[in-house]
Amino acid sequence: MVVATPVRSASPAGGAERPVRRRRPGGGIAYLFLSPWIAGALLLTIGPMVASLYLSFTDYDLFSSPSWVGLENYRRMFTEDGRFLTSVWVTLKYVLIAVPLKLALALAVALLLNRRGTRRGQGLYRSAFYAPSLLGASVSIALVWRTLFGDGAAFERGLAALGWETGGWVGQPQYALFTLIFLAAWQFGAPMVIFLAGLKQIPSDLYDAVAVDGAGRWQTFRTITLPMLSPVIFFNLVLETIHAFQAFTPAYVVSGGRGGPSDATLFYTLYLYQRGFTDFRMGYASAMAWVLLIAIAIVTAVIFRSARLWVFYTDDKGKS
Amino acid sequence: MTVLAVPRRARRLGWHVACVALLALLLYPIVWLLGTSFKPPEEVTSSLSLLPENWEWSNYTDALAGIGGTSFWRFLTNSVVVAGGAVIGNVISCSLAAFAFARLRFRLSGPLFGFMIATIMLPHHVVIIPQYAIFQQMGMVDTFWPLILPKFLATDAFFVFLIVQFMRGIPGELDEAARIDGCGPIRTFWYVMLPLIRPALITTTIFTFIWTWNDFFSQLLYLNSPENYTLPLALRLFIDQTGTSQYGPMFAMSVLTLVPIGLFFLAFQRFLVEGVSTSGLKG
Repeated sequence: MVVATPVRSASPAGGAERPVRRRRPGGGIAYLFLSPWIAGALLLTIGPMVASLYLSFTDYDLFSSPSWVGLENYRRMFTEDGRFLTSVWVTLKYVLIAVPLKLALALAVALLLNRRGTRRGQGLYRSAFYAPSLLGASVSIALVWRTLFGDGAAFERGLAALGWETGGWVGQPQYALFTLIFLAAWQFGAPMVIFLAGLKQIPSDLYDAVAVDGAGRWQTFRTITLPMLSPVIFFNLVLETIHAFQAFTPAYVVSGGRGGPSDATLFYTLYLYQRGFTDFRMGYASAMAWVLLIAIAIVTAVIFRSARLWVFYTDDKGKS
Repeated sequence: MTVLAVPRRARRLGWHVACVALLALLLYPIVWLLGTSFKPPEEVTSSLSLLPENWEWSNYTDALAGIGGTSFWRFLTNSVVVAGGAVIGNVISCSLAAFAFARLRFRLSGPLFGFMIATIMLPHHVVIIPQYAIFQQMGMVDTFWPLILPKFLATDAFFVFLIVQFMRGIPGELDEAARIDGCGPIRTFWYVMLPLIRPALITTTIFTFIWTWNDFFSQLLYLNSPENYTLPLALRLFIDQTGTSQYGPMFAMSVLTLVPIGLFFLAFQRFLVEGVSTSGLKG
């Protein structure tokens, strides 16, 4: 994500003399424009964040007032609650498999579509490959998955015909999570479109140069495409990772809201939802939310740190 | 035609074959959904054919009849109200905030902008419980307000950021000229900026609509009674109440639920794809 602060004009703020013509207007009127956003930030973001931090140290069932229990929620989470640890493990497995798989597919298809000299139909394919990204988040498609990967359905029969009897992936603890991983990978269209935009930014004289040096296809990919594309890979990796940690709908629908079979699809957010809104353990759920926030912050920070090693920025980036 | 043209054409054909094969694999679940929505119950799991042998049109009449005394049209109306309210809220509040960040000068602009960016990364779950408690205190649980009101307060910071980025591409001379002509910030926003940022507003509209339409988590939290259910909740209710015996109508309803998204996609696919590639929107 391109993070930049608003450009300021050069003149010092709060000067007594009349504003110069080039100075942008602002002051009170800016806060008028911002008032809905400020109200939202205070009432629906900052206030609730403070409240949920407080609630995470309490026992709270929404109906009686919260009672302070200190670090009890956090302690119980990591030492006593087996389902919590299961949900952490399930979510980590999902993130670690689904994100790389989705990005690899997105990159592969972007490379396929970006081939020079075969432009006709490219726009059409690009749009069609993107479509699952829009549909995939819906309950409708999750239902399709639940049925397609269920017992006796097309996927299971196909495997059985190849001699692999699985009895339907949805109902089997060792396979159920892969149903959801496939569903995530199926939605590779959004990162693919971003990869395509990145590929188009790579100057073609670089390719001409290595072609003159006699580089093969793999060498060209490794020495030109991959380094030049690394900022985009980084961007997609951060975005998809944050996104995957928060997956909810597919697991809820495919497992009928329970995260089964045998908690094999008990995503972190699904367990948080169960604790908070079916068991009414709002304090515990708040503590879980904070653990999630910290986990995402740490993972994002690690990705940002690692970026120094593998993300390559050219000096004149953004000039094109 | 030169001699070289033949292998090149063959290679191009190979490329199209690869693309079409991939496309077929990708669209299989959608085609399966369409076919299954016309199948009688015994064919859903017993037949592997994509097209039904006996077309069961009653799946659609059953789907339109709804569940538990609430008709499909009610669910549809609810979804339209929620998605429509969200779109109006996001377009108004996000463009106002974006104008302040991109074009106006105020003392806290740096820190506030930084905070706004940070909220894009913030997992929803951290604020959801206190938010729920607030809306419950205000007696708004089981109404559409908790789903619409936050959008009028620009809580989808992503769109603020998107519109800010778009405004930065618009030359500053334009609003300067308006100022010289005597326009204040309000009139500059209304007469100069709004018409120019229309593409960004269209992107905001499309994505807000589709995301709200597909949204399951917040609707599951806030809506309790079936007559307030939106389509995703109605679909879930359908499975809970009928089990697996009603596959046909359930998939007919799934198809009907996807129709608005499909139409949006066909009408705006250029905007959608460009919006994603320029701003990194998620599908």
